[in-house]
Amino acid sequence: MESITGLILAKYNYWMYISLMMIGLYAMIAKNNLVKKIIGMNILQTAIILFYISIGAKKGATIPIIMHSEGHGHEAVHAVQYMNPLPHVLMLTAIVVSVATLGVALALAIRLYARFGTLEEDEINDQIREAP
Amino acid sequence: MLCCWGMLVHATLDFPGWGDPNAPAHLHVAPEYLEQAYEETATPNVVTAVLADYRGYDTMFETAVIFSAGLACFFLLRVQPRKEEEEDRFFRHLATDMVIRIRTPSMHVPDSPYLQQLDPYWTPRSLIVRAACRVLTPFIQLFALYVVAHGHHSPGGGFQGGVILGASFILIALSHDLRTSMKMTPEKLMGVLSPAGVLIYAGVGALCVVAGHNFLDYGALAEWLGTAPEAARSLGILFVEVGVAVCVMATMIIIYANLSSAGGYKQGL
Amino acid sequence: MNQYPAFLIIAPLLAACLIAAAAWLRRSLCFPIAVLGLGTSFLSSLGVAARVLAEGHFQYRMGGWAPPLGIALEVDYLNAPVLVAVSGAALVSLIATRQIVEREQGPKAPAFYTLMVLAVTGMLGMTATGDAFNLYVLLEISSITGYALTASGDRLAPLASLRYLLLGTIGASFYLLGVGLLYMMTGTLNMADLSGLLPALYGSDAVFAAFLLILCGIWLKAALFPLHAWLPGAYSHASHASACLLAPLMTKVMIYVMLRIMFTVFTPAYVFEQISLEGFVVTLAVVAVVAGSLMALAQRNLRRMAVYIVVAEVGYMVGGAWLGNQTAWTGAILHLLNDVLMTLCLFLAIAALAGRMETTDFKDLEGLFSTMPFSMGALVLGAMSIIGVPPACGFFSKWFLLKGAIEAGRYDFLAALLFSSLINVVLFFRLFEYALYSGDDHHGHGGHKYIEIHEAPLSLVASLWAAAAGILAVGFYSGSIVNNFIKPALM
Repeated sequence: MESITGLILAKYNYWMYISLMMIGLYAMIAKNNLVKKIIGMNILQTAIILFYISIGAKKGATIPIIMHSEGHGHEAVHAVQYMNPLPHVLMLTAIVVSVATLGVALALAIRLYARFGTLEEDEINDQIREAP
Repeated sequence: MLCCWGMLVHATLDFPGWGDPNAPAHLHVAPEYLEQAYEETATPNVVTAVLADYRGYDTMFETAVIFSAGLACFFLLRVQPRKEEEEDRFFRHLATDMVIRIRTPSMHVPDSPYLQQLDPYWTPRSLIVRAACRVLTPFIQLFALYVVAHGHHSPGGGFQGGVILGASFILIALSHDLRTSMKMTPEKLMGVLSPAGVLIYAGVGALCVVAGHNFLDYGALAEWLGTAPEAARSLGILFVEVGVAVCVMATMIIIYANLSSAGGYKQGL
Repeated sequence: MNQYPAFLIIAPLLAACLIAAAAWLRRSLCFPIAVLGLGTSFLSSLGVAARVLAEGHFQYRMGGWAPPLGIALEVDYLNAPVLVAVSGAALVSLIATRQIVEREQGPKAPAFYTLMVLAVTGMLGMTATGDAFNLYVLLEISSITGYALTASGDRLAPLASLRYLLLGTIGASFYLLGVGLLYMMTGTLNMADLSGLLPALYGSDAVFAAFLLILCGIWLKAALFPLHAWLPGAYSHASHASACLLAPLMTKVMIYVMLRIMFTVFTPAYVFEQISLEGFVVTLAVVAVVAGSLMALAQRNLRRMAVYIVVAEVGYMVGGAWLGNQTAWTGAILHLLNDVLMTLCLFLAIAALAGRMETTDFKDLEGLFSTMPFSMGALVLGAMSIIGVPPACGFFSKWFLLKGAIEAGRYDFLAALLFSSLINVVLFFRLFEYALYSGDDHHGHGGHKYIEIHEAPLSLVASLWAAAAGILAVGFYSGSIVNNFIKPALM
């Protein structure tokens, strides 16, 4: 029993990302409203960002900005003292990508709304079926 | 979906613990970045050094992603105003607060400093909000420039600074209206600045090729700048960050303007 | 020249920025800049291929940083021919679709060119890169531009494009998550470095999950059968100009990425011995081939038919890659190259017909052999290649695939290939029948509008024949392609 609690606590970031990701996927698959699907897409992408950031975490470490102005010249930098910079760099890219995708998705949704007057997918499908 | 969930949970059991300093992710490439970055690029912020130098090629395309998103929004939504279309325009005479309706194109649209164009739908106006935003904006922009320039030493850089800069104009658009903000950031200017940002980035990279090094090898600029290669790398990072900031700012404004007005550039939200 | 790999990718990127800026300053420059950018890229790809022939695999370090610290472009026998095919096909389709773009987009034509050139930049970058995360960024560039390109078409195009966007984002996110898992387990993102570090971890569940996630992501993007839902809508409602660019390239580049992941990041030893998915995947490919062919048969419209042929062709390549022997791999890689040309030829011909006819329904294609002989001639060549008639290139790759299927003992895949070829025969001969024989009695159809139909514009026809000539050339030289590129790639 203790090991299970330990497991849950030790990796709670990972459990959170999985839950978020599933919420996002569910919204994208099951929701009828296109904007809700787009929101689900954003949650999905954010979940992955959370995952990467969790990889970068390191206990007992500080932000990866090298302290050099303390007066005693260049000492060897100990990597243990600083967090892993790479996931942060990667996620800057992923954030940018998710913003870009969101922008394009919303632009498409606006076009659809102008064309069909609704964003419910089944109503749009009905309209297409009536007037192909 | 359940399969996916099961697989992810199962895989998670295999992960190294959260925050474990001995996880493989921290032991292979990351220490080299941390230990060498300052010596090789003279940039204390390792995230910036990795972003704009070690993985600068990624970041260049990241800027291109932003640029293509702005372009896609423009391409999908922008509608050219048709001259022949009949349209009512409303103007407020500032001195008397009278509202005039002018039907174009049959009537002449006056261009006078005493008239202010209004939106046909009612937009709430609040003196306090408008004044506060107007006062705040220059400070926001100043801070944005600081964020861009200080990315070497503190969290920040081109993307963050560019977004703040773009947001300051969006704030104007929200507190006043889109028309006011588009006067400050004309569409044409933004349309040129957005690719220009990517062009600055790729251009710096191409200069390195001209100087006989590989693409994006800022060390190549040392000779022209008259500095040590490390300092040249630091400066190169600054140049590309400026390019990123320009592109991000222009693109944020383009995306906002297109999304908020459905491409008409008239009213905004 | 050491800088070819850089020019290959940077030239179109710079060109895209210049077009977007020139759009506001001097519009007439836009198209020449686009041609210049893609032309430079094509020439560099030839240079790259020549260098690979001369000295084999080589690396181009971006920023001068050695991988795994920096990002390097890795060019070897596998991706050099893909680079040539992608940049060549992109150049051809850019030149071919100029009239269509100018007519359909009007003042937004420069934005369209920019999106096209950026999409090609992304695809070339994906093909050349040696970094798993960099691949994701480039994938997103070509996807985002692809969404915008597919949204410009008929009235249903935005809806199809939004669906493409949602599914495409799921695919890309899966890929990203898979790469994240790999990074977590190994600490590196470089493909070569990964393949060195992974064998110690082959037993790990996380690595297995990463492999599955990456594969699912790629299959979504490549439109393998059960995951193909976005493709028919996206490519059949899109503007002809964007279909001519995306249909030949996007799925093929994704198949290349799959091969790269299977062969370089993971090894055939892992893919075929450690985990035994090949039975399942080949079955999936069989279903894809059969279903794609049957759905193509059900269409009454040339364009929708072509779209389902693309779905079937994806099944060919995935099946070939997963049969697990040298012959089948050769077939899959060769088919990848051939399919770029065949699909390009097919979609360009459709664009040429649609440009004059306004429709691509079968019943409206009557008598086209006499009115548009050149376009139809090229279409016949493309069709021959898709069916697999000998001098055309499609025959040789199918031959390798068939032999590979026999070697692997997968007779269901063999049967699916033969079945699909037969269906293709039916498909195209039905089409030719319409185009050949019904021409005389068009007066018999009451009220059938007989508009003045003549040949498509010169640039389109010329590009179409360039693609058709490519089909023949690759057919004649397929032996040397196999010996010089594909055999060494599989060593």
